[in-house]
Amino acid sequence: MKILVCISNVPDTTTKIKFAVGNASIDTTGIQWVINPWDELSLTRALELKDDTTSGIKSVTVIHVGPAASEPTIRKALAIGADDAIRINAESADAWFVAAQIAEVIKKEQFDVIMCGIESSDYNGSMVGGMISEFLGIPSVSAVSGLKFENGQPVMIREIDGGKEVVAISAPFVAIVQKGIAKEPRIAAMRGIMMARSKTVKIIEPVAVEPLTQIVEFEKPAPRAACKFIDAENPTQLLELLQNEAKVI
Amino acid sequence: MSVLVYTENWDGKFKKLSFELVSYATGVAKMLSTTVTAVSIGKVDDAELLKLGNYGANKIININNEQLTALDSQTYASVISEISRKENASVIIISNNNTGKAIAPRLSVRLKAGVGSGVSRLPLNINPFTVYKRTYSGNAFAHLVINSDIKILTLAQNSFDLIESQANATIENLNPTVDGSLLKTVVKDVQKQSGKILLTDADIVVSGGRGMKSPDNWPPLVELANLLGAATACSRPVSDEGWRPHEEHTGQTGKIIAPNLYIAVGISGATQHLAGISSSKYIVAINTDKDAPIFEAAQYGIVGDAMKVLPKLVDAVKELRK
Repeated sequence: MKILVCISNVPDTTTKIKFAVGNASIDTTGIQWVINPWDELSLTRALELKDDTTSGIKSVTVIHVGPAASEPTIRKALAIGADDAIRINAESADAWFVAAQIAEVIKKEQFDVIMCGIESSDYNGSMVGGMISEFLGIPSVSAVSGLKFENGQPVMIREIDGGKEVVAISAPFVAIVQKGIAKEPRIAAMRGIMMARSKTVKIIEPVAVEPLTQIVEFEKPAPRAACKFIDAENPTQLLELLQNEAKVI
Repeated sequence: MSVLVYTENWDGKFKKLSFELVSYATGVAKMLSTTVTAVSIGKVDDAELLKLGNYGANKIININNEQLTALDSQTYASVISEISRKENASVIIISNNNTGKAIAPRLSVRLKAGVGSGVSRLPLNINPFTVYKRTYSGNAFAHLVINSDIKILTLAQNSFDLIESQANATIENLNPTVDGSLLKTVVKDVQKQSGKILLTDADIVVSGGRGMKSPDNWPPLVELANLLGAATACSRPVSDEGWRPHEEHTGQTGKIIAPNLYIAVGISGATQHLAGISSSKYIVAINTDKDAPIFEAAQYGIVGDAMKVLPKLVDAVKELRK
């Protein structure tokens, strides 16, 4: 079986977000780009499954919608252990656009398991995975915190309000994964980094798709008032503020 | 032209979340001069369904179908999209919780509807249809224009107040034919946490970080939470160490919560943690380090040792409750 892991390219979490002139996009100067944290965990699990010879997983491919500037992030994924990569040569206009592009590729290439992180740390959209599955008419399971194969059949843990469900499904399907899918992201070792250079990144031109949404402006969150400090010896004062000023207790 | 709202139920009951959704849908419907239709899937009795009418639902479509007991994203999206077409819905409101995240994208493709996910305010504009949504893990908010005829909005939990507006709702029972071939999700086992307040539902949360020094130090934190009727949470290092259950991990790759009050004890305030709590209405920080970044996010702070402050706080709450 073949796994396809969708990855997006995002600013490192500690980046101070600034807007470009006009506030319609972010200022990318000096940004450190990384694999979206959820996608990193997703890729790690895919590779763990491939390492386990009983799983039936033979290969792990990563796919990304982005311009040539994204290639370093794709190389990181190859260095971590993905076998090969596909880059759809287009800006990721919106979730609809990205999902439609990826679905087109899957239609031609046949993957058994498609893994998507439940959101990306830049747009916090949570839509791509589910959209891909609907474009393909295949099942999807969301909020997946565990994925394994039992006798070739996929079994997942899905998080529900106040608990978990163990669900079984048949391939092909999309697993929309979240924290728990892997304990920690796998790190690229020296050997992996060397090997990544010779792995294939197939570049595909996008099909004609119109995005359905567009960000026209960004704004900063409202600034928070400076912290009011309360004497550690007098916590009653804190409770009074919470009760009478904030009115939250 | 109506506004459709999908209201999930839990063992036949709605939660505050469900009423937030209907209140929000009613706000949108007023902007569009139209009505609100709620859709419920599952075994919910009429008295419970009619509660949705207290928040503005004009019509409540009740689907009680044995085959739809467990969430199957494909089937639920198929049923809801069919109702959406029948009701000629121009806007569909769903929660940004896990269920909503599973259904909304599939609904989007079925209806060719653009999605604004994680919205926290009513639309900024109707023409062009513009919504306000969280991006960059709370470091920026975007004005997102949705260009499609039908729009789907997923509402961030606890971001919109309940607004009572009696609508004299009518219930319509529907029994749509469920395409059996779509039902692919087989639930083999369910494990539920019982009794505890769900972290994502809690109005007040008391959370501990590495500054708590040891898992043995948690009892006063838990006591404070119990006295306040709060849920407990923790930072990532605490859950990685196994000091607290994974479900309590709040942060960028853990739970994103938006309680009315978040009390952070012994938490430094790393960016990844703040990403999980930045939508909290009020943040209180207790930390020995006056320069800890958490104090930049908090409205109220105590510089002090959690082990000394927590018992004092517990006593103070007990006094207050008298």
